[in-house]
Amino acid sequence: MTLTTILIVAAALIGIGLYGTLSQQSFVMLMMGLELMLNGVMLAAVGFWSLTAGGLPTGQLLTIIAMAVMAVEMAVGFALITAVYRNRQADVTEGLTTLKH
Amino acid sequence: MNVTDIAFWIFAAIAVVSGWRVFCTDSMVRASFLLMLSFIAVGLIMVLLNAPYLGIATVFMMAVEMMVMALFMVMYMMNPAGLNPMMMVHQHRFSIAAGVFVFAALTGLIVVTRFSSNPVAPDAEVVVGLGKELLGDSMLIFETAGVTLLATMVASVILSSRSGRFGEADTGAVPPPLEPGGEPAGRQPEQASGHAHHHH
Repeated sequence: MTLTTILIVAAALIGIGLYGTLSQQSFVMLMMGLELMLNGVMLAAVGFWSLTAGGLPTGQLLTIIAMAVMAVEMAVGFALITAVYRNRQADVTEGLTTLKH
Repeated sequence: MNVTDIAFWIFAAIAVVSGWRVFCTDSMVRASFLLMLSFIAVGLIMVLLNAPYLGIATVFMMAVEMMVMALFMVMYMMNPAGLNPMMMVHQHRFSIAAGVFVFAALTGLIVVTRFSSNPVAPDAEVVVGLGKELLGDSMLIFETAGVTLLATMVASVILSSRSGRFGEADTGAVPPPLEPGGEPAGRQPEQASGHAHHHH
């Protein structure tokens, strides 16, 4: 378990999350891709904190902020999905085309 | 290769494989549980990295978050119970290429970069240090995160509620009457079409 292997695992999670975010049509599945990317970011942050920062407490704080960002993203995302579904009965990205023209 | 290394590789494999299977399964509920598995594996890697508070907090937070996620998945699921094959994707090749490119680019950068080595001491009191940081020097940042979460709660209630406080959200607010069943109090909002006031 070295910093390189940890960061490669984090890069794999970020890559899979990016694939999911770009490819999924359903809003909820798209958000799962975003969550997976933040998962990789958190792993990389903890890896850097543990192996290069010598246990500086602010490194752990960065991870806590990333967790808060994740909670905000999830809450606002689901609220937006609900609002879009109420107003347009759309639950896939192709259902929203009003900004296209 | 010691026990920590073996555990790391097992957790890393679980995290990556279950993260990949999220987008291959036919049921959205199963997808949310696979994502939870990926998060729990990452949380356990954090425990191996001498960050017990963050790792356990990730496990707890994700267990709760994915239960909420599973509820939303049931609400918005097009394919109940995952009995039919589900492959709802667009721009699939581009997405695969983008994911592989980002992974390859990040891996290349990681391999060529020389990181400094300053590991956390095994006997360091990391949880105590985090607590003192959160309620000491970085209290403003911590409190800002709390206020942001409060604003998020208000915003998500506003976004997801069916109507505004005094009726449907998109018809404009009307003040409540002074006595039950009476005329709305105060000045009426102007009618866009120029008709006379609409009396109920």
